[in-house]
Amino acid sequence: MSAVAEKEWVRQAKAQSALSKLFDWKPFLVVMCMLPAVGLLMVFLTYPLGLGIWLAFTDTTIGRSGRFVGLENFEFMLEDPIWWNAVFFSVFYTGIATIGKFGLGLWLALLLNNHLPFKSMLRAIILLPWIVPTVLTAIAFWWIYNPQFSIISWIFIELGLRTTNIDFINTAWPARWSLIGANIWRGIPFVAISLLAGLQTISPSLYEAALLDGSTGWQRFRYITFPMLLPILAIVMTFSIIFTFTDFQLVYAITRGGPVNSTHLLATLAFQRGIPGGQLGEGAAIAVSMIPFLVFATLFSYFALARRKWQQGESND
Amino acid sequence: MSATTEPQQTNAATAQPETMTWDSRSRRMVTIYVPLACFLIILLFPFYWMTITAFKPNAELYDYNTHNPFWITSPTLDHIRLLLFGTAYPRWLLTTMMVAFCATFLSLFSSTLAAYAIQRLRYKGSQYVGLGIYLAYLVPPSILFIPLATMVFQLGLFDSPLALILVYPTFLIPFCTWLLIGYFKSIPFELEECALIDGATRLQILRQITLPLAVPGLISAGIFSFTLSWNEFIYALAFIQSSENKTVPVAILTELVTGDVYQWGALMAGSLLGSLPVAIFYSFFVDYYVSSLTGAVKE
Repeated sequence: MSAVAEKEWVRQAKAQSALSKLFDWKPFLVVMCMLPAVGLLMVFLTYPLGLGIWLAFTDTTIGRSGRFVGLENFEFMLEDPIWWNAVFFSVFYTGIATIGKFGLGLWLALLLNNHLPFKSMLRAIILLPWIVPTVLTAIAFWWIYNPQFSIISWIFIELGLRTTNIDFINTAWPARWSLIGANIWRGIPFVAISLLAGLQTISPSLYEAALLDGSTGWQRFRYITFPMLLPILAIVMTFSIIFTFTDFQLVYAITRGGPVNSTHLLATLAFQRGIPGGQLGEGAAIAVSMIPFLVFATLFSYFALARRKWQQGESND
Repeated sequence: MSATTEPQQTNAATAQPETMTWDSRSRRMVTIYVPLACFLIILLFPFYWMTITAFKPNAELYDYNTHNPFWITSPTLDHIRLLLFGTAYPRWLLTTMMVAFCATFLSLFSSTLAAYAIQRLRYKGSQYVGLGIYLAYLVPPSILFIPLATMVFQLGLFDSPLALILVYPTFLIPFCTWLLIGYFKSIPFELEECALIDGATRLQILRQITLPLAVPGLISAGIFSFTLSWNEFIYALAFIQSSENKTVPVAILTELVTGDVYQWGALMAGSLLGSLPVAIFYSFFVDYYVSSLTGAVKE
């Protein structure tokens, strides 16, 4: 056995050409390994990020490269009531949808953490809304929210709770709530499955100890489940806030920012001004105006939640 | 004893199933199964509604009073026929699939190499590169699409699926790298040391030892990339103009919605057919998917 291995080793050592030696030289290998990923990210992520910030200070339009105009785009933006409305709705949408997603998602995770039949099948089914393309489910919601043929209206009328169709997307406030509802629907599965993973890492002995001490169900949730879940909650919430704030597909598919620009998020407004409108500079300025909110949201969720995580870690280790 | 090693909930009834009385069982019914059923109904209802609309003839579709809207009395394939033979739908499906496969391949290739270098070659500063790649995931496409559109135009890639193939890895690579770093970490380092002592080169080790062991991780990264590329919308909307190069999500929204009268049957059929490939693809690998998702979150 060892003789065979030795023979093999000798042959290999002889066969090493200059090229394979080069590939075994660590610095070269590292560069070769990192090149595709870092190169792609640099060219198509870092550079455009910088280019976007530059474009925000120019008056570029489609087909004509712009010149530097300083803060003109931003001044125009600050006087634009549609932009302020988009800021308001982006914050409102993110806030309410995040609360809804995490409240319901946590509840669903707690339910799934019981002994249930068909557990893995349940999980697979629950993830479906998250797997299927957002736009396609948004179209389904658009149909569900149809002013004339909405199935929800029909159910309410049949049950005798209402006499007229519900107005889902034709006036400002109902449209906003309808969009938030669709966003929550789509966000629940991811939150639930991630939090479920967190729940399963909590040691059952903690609950046993608490049971022996005569704790109530709420106390066990409040003092064991919730604090142990915070680290995962912080990560998932950061991601959720970022992707809800910059959401585009759902709003574009269901209302396209209407009625009368009342449901524009910053992303849809930037798209409308930039691509069909052709005002690339202005669109870029609107897109760049999302960055401070994102940095703030990230820092907030990181420090508000992760600080607790460190305390948790110290007292536990 | 096995009950204590299983994940438990805060409910006392689950901790001691053998002492379950009728009272705790009915209580369990109300606190667990009823809410769970409500969740399932709400989460699945749009899919049910999509499916049932896609097979309803127009007479039933717009008349709730004489036909029960929750059921079809005379199912029809008209909407699907219109979609497959009256529009460029098969073409859109092909384009989407091609883009998704190429983008997935490109990002899997680059992120495997990057993850291996970060986790196993451990060069100076590799942690910072890892952190940088992770941060790249936090940059949302909504900020990048305008500058990328100008870049794509200057590169002469406007209206070409190649633009999408090159751009999609920007949001696929960070997650795949992150996931694979976690996966490589779980493979014992000793295996590689043995191979090194036996005179294998680094690339041989990667190809013959690490990669075969990392297949489950590669599969879940692949599924993740595939579904994400299939779902991508804003870049495809901004970079593609001609009808035949559109991807399914964009095409359904921009090509099927024409004028004021919407063909709801065909729209729903299009959504259903567009969702099916991802759903089928995902159902094959759901276990890998869920475990890696939960594993990646745990990291």
